[in-house]
Amino acid sequence: MIPSHKRLFGAVVALLLGAGGPVAAQQLELKVMAPAAPGGGWDQTARAMQQALVASGIARSVQVTNVAGAGGSVGIAQFVNGAKGDGNQLMVNGFVMVGALAMNKSPVTLEQVTPIARLTEEIQVIVVPANSPLKTAQDLAAAVKADIAKVTFAGGSAGGVDHVMAALFAGTIGADAKKINYIPFSGGGESLAAILGGKVTAGISGLSEYEGQIKAGKLRALGVTSEKRLPGSDIPTFKEQGIDLVLANWRSVVAPPGITPEQRKTLSDAVEKMAKSDAWKEILKQKGWDDAYLGGDAFADFLKKEIVRVTDVLKSVGLVKS
Amino acid sequence: MDTFAALAHGMAVAVQPMNLLYALIGVFLGTAVGVLPGIGPALTVALLLPVTYKLDPGGSLIMFAGIYYGGMYGGSTTAILINTPGESASMATALEGNKMAKAGRGGPALATSAIGSFVAGTIATIGLAFLAPWLVDFAVRFGPEDYFALMCVAFVTVSATFGDSPIRGLTSLFIGLTLGLIGIDKLTGQPRLAFGIPELLDGVEVTTLAVGLFAVGEALYVASRRHHAEEKLEPVRGSLWMTKEDWKRSWKPWLRGTLFGFPIGALPAGGAEIPTFLSYSTERRLTKHPEEFGKGAIEGVAGPEAANNASAAGTLVPLLTLGLPTSATAAMMLAGFQQYGLNPGPLLFAERPDLVWGLIASLFIANGMLLVLNLPLVGLWVRLLAIPQPWLYAGILVFATMGTIAAKPSVAELSMLAAFGVMGFLMRRFDFPIAPVVIGLILGPIAESQLRRALAISLGDPMVLLQSPMSATLLGIALIALLAPFVLKGLGRFKANED
Repeated sequence: MIPSHKRLFGAVVALLLGAGGPVAAQQLELKVMAPAAPGGGWDQTARAMQQALVASGIARSVQVTNVAGAGGSVGIAQFVNGAKGDGNQLMVNGFVMVGALAMNKSPVTLEQVTPIARLTEEIQVIVVPANSPLKTAQDLAAAVKADIAKVTFAGGSAGGVDHVMAALFAGTIGADAKKINYIPFSGGGESLAAILGGKVTAGISGLSEYEGQIKAGKLRALGVTSEKRLPGSDIPTFKEQGIDLVLANWRSVVAPPGITPEQRKTLSDAVEKMAKSDAWKEILKQKGWDDAYLGGDAFADFLKKEIVRVTDVLKSVGLVKS
Repeated sequence: MDTFAALAHGMAVAVQPMNLLYALIGVFLGTAVGVLPGIGPALTVALLLPVTYKLDPGGSLIMFAGIYYGGMYGGSTTAILINTPGESASMATALEGNKMAKAGRGGPALATSAIGSFVAGTIATIGLAFLAPWLVDFAVRFGPEDYFALMCVAFVTVSATFGDSPIRGLTSLFIGLTLGLIGIDKLTGQPRLAFGIPELLDGVEVTTLAVGLFAVGEALYVASRRHHAEEKLEPVRGSLWMTKEDWKRSWKPWLRGTLFGFPIGALPAGGAEIPTFLSYSTERRLTKHPEEFGKGAIEGVAGPEAANNASAAGTLVPLLTLGLPTSATAAMMLAGFQQYGLNPGPLLFAERPDLVWGLIASLFIANGMLLVLNLPLVGLWVRLLAIPQPWLYAGILVFATMGTIAAKPSVAELSMLAAFGVMGFLMRRFDFPIAPVVIGLILGPIAESQLRRALAISLGDPMVLLQSPMSATLLGIALIALLAPFVLKGLGRFKANED
C-alpha cells in the first residue's frame, strides 16, 4: 500500500514539475514602453507585441505605456533612469530614435540600453509624380549631379530616415550631401500632396505609404532600398540600377541597463518566441510590416553600426555638430 | 460613377441594425470625450483600435466616424457652458457662446450650435459625396506659398477682430507666435527656446495652452472678483429654445460657416481652427447687431460651430481619396483602415465601394443621431450653470487638470498649465484678448514652415509668393483687410471736413 502511495505521490510531483516549465513562462508580467504618442509606428509595434505575447501564452500580462516627446528622447531618458535593473521592462525603438538622440544632444544614448532584438523593417522608396521627366534612379542621379540645389526632395521630419536617405543617395552618387535641398513635412503624408501637386522633384518615404498611389499610377517609383527585388514587385532596387543604397527603417526592442545575464536571456527568449509565433506573423501580414527578426549579439552589432552610420550622415548634412 | 446609386447602396449598408448600433455607440462616446478637455477623439480612437480589431471593418469605421463627429459636438458644449473648449476647434465658439450662457441664453446658444452643426455637417457630407474627386485636385495644387498666404489672411483678420484695439490684439497674437517658436525647428531639427527641458522639445501643446488660458484663467479671475461684486449668473432667461429672431440671425452664419469650413478642412494642411476664426471674424463684420459682439451674439456661435463641423467632413476628402490624414483623428482612422489591410487612396473607391459609401452614408446618420441626442440634453446641460459658482469653478479646475494629465502625464506639462492659467488671469485683468494667443501658437509654426518650404523650393526667390495666382489673391485680400480700416477712417474724416 505504502509504496503505491509513494508512487502516486511521485507521479503527481513529476506532473507538477513537468508542467512547471510553461507555468513559469506564464508568470512573465511585462511592461512595454512606446516612447511616442498613441497611434504612431512605435506605439503600434508595442501594442502588436502586447497582442502577440499574450495571445501565444508567452507572457501572462503585458502593459503598454506611452511616453511621448522629441523623437523618443523623453522616453529613453525615463527608461534608462527609471527602469534600471528591472528585468520585466522593454522599450520599443527604431531608426528614427538614433538621429533624434544625436540631434537633441540627449544625455542618454542607445549605447546605455541592453539590446534585445530587431523586429521589423520597412523598405524605403523614392517616387516622382507620374508626369515627371525622370524615369529611373539614374535620371534622378544625373539631375542631382547637374544642379543639386534644384532637385527638391520631400520627406518626413528633419533628421529622420527620409532625410538620412536623401543624404545617402547624394553621397552614393558622388554629389555633395551637404548641399541637398531636402524639404521636411510633418509625418502622415503631408508631403504626398506636395509631390502629387508637382511642387517638388521627388518624394521619399516608406514603401507602404505610397504603395496605393504607385499602383494607381499617380506616382512613379524610381527605386527601393532593399538588397534584392521585393517578391511580387516590379519596382527595381537602387542596387540593380548601379546605386549602392541599401537602407531600411527598422524597429527594435531593448531592455533597461543593468539587468543580469539571466534576466536578459529570459527577455530575449520571450521576444524570440514571440517573433516566431503565429500570432506575430498574422499581425505582420495585417500591418504590412516585413519580418526582420535579428536577436542576440548580431543585433547588438547591427545597432552599433547603424548608430555610427546615421550619426556620420547627420554630421555630413550639418544637422549634428561634430 | 453614378453617385446617387452608390450613395443609396451605402445607405442600405449603414442602416443595418448592427451598424446603426455602432454609430450610436460612436456618437455617444465622441460626445463624452469631446466634453472632457485633453481627451480628444484622436486618443479615443487610438484606445479603441485594439478593441475593434475583431469587429468587421464597416462597423468599426462607422463607429470611428461617429466618434469624430461626436467629439466636434461635445467640445462646443463645454466651450459654451464653462468657457473650456474641449478641442482647439471650438475655441471660437467659446468667445460668444460663453457670454450668451452667462446672460441666461445658454439654451439658444447650445441649440444654434447643435442645429448649425447638423446643417453644416449634412451639407458638407453631401459635398464629400459629390465633390470629393474634384476638390482633391484643387487641394493638391495648394502649394506651400498658398498656405502661407492663407495664414496671412487669418493673422490679419484675427488681430483686427479681437480686443478693443488692434494693438491689444496684435500683442496677444505675438505672445502666441513666440510660444509657437518653442521646440524643435521642423526644417532643421534644431531645438529653439527649449532651455534644455526635454518636454519642451515638442513645443507647447495647444490644448494645454487653451485650457490654461480659458478655463484656469477664468477660474482665477472669477475667484479674484468675488469680493468686489458677485457676478450674477442666470441659468435661464427667457426661452430655453431658439426664438424666431434667433433663427433669423442664425441661418446665414450656418451657411457661411459651411462655406469656410468644408474647403479649408479639405486642404491637406487646412485644419479646423482657421475656418472657425475666419467665420467668427466674418460674422462680426457682417452682423446687424455689432453692439452685441463681445457680450453674447448668436451669430458668433452659429457661424464657427457650422465651420467646425463642415471642416470635419472636409478632412475626410483627402483621407478617403488620397489616404492623406490631415488631423490627428484622421490619422487614427487611417490606422483603422490599415488594420483591415485597406489602403485609403485612389483605389479605395473602386476596390471597396460598399465600405466607402457605407461610411459616407453613416455620416448622415451620425449627424442626425447627434441632433436627436443633443437637443433634449440642452435643458439638462444649462442646469450645470445653476451650480453655485465656487463649486462649479472648483470642478472646472479638476477637469482641466485631469484632462491635461491624461493627455501628457508630466510635471512640466502641469507647470505649464498653471503658468498659462496665471497668464490668462493677467490678460483678463488688463483686458487683452486671449484667443489670438492660441491662434498664434497654432498657426505661427505652420506659417513659418510653409514660408520656408516655399522659399527652399524656389531657391530663395521671394517672387514665388506672387507668382502663384492663389497666393497672390490671398495676400491681396490680407493687404486690403489690413489697410481698409485705416482708409475708411481717413475717408470718414475727409467727409466730416467737407460738411
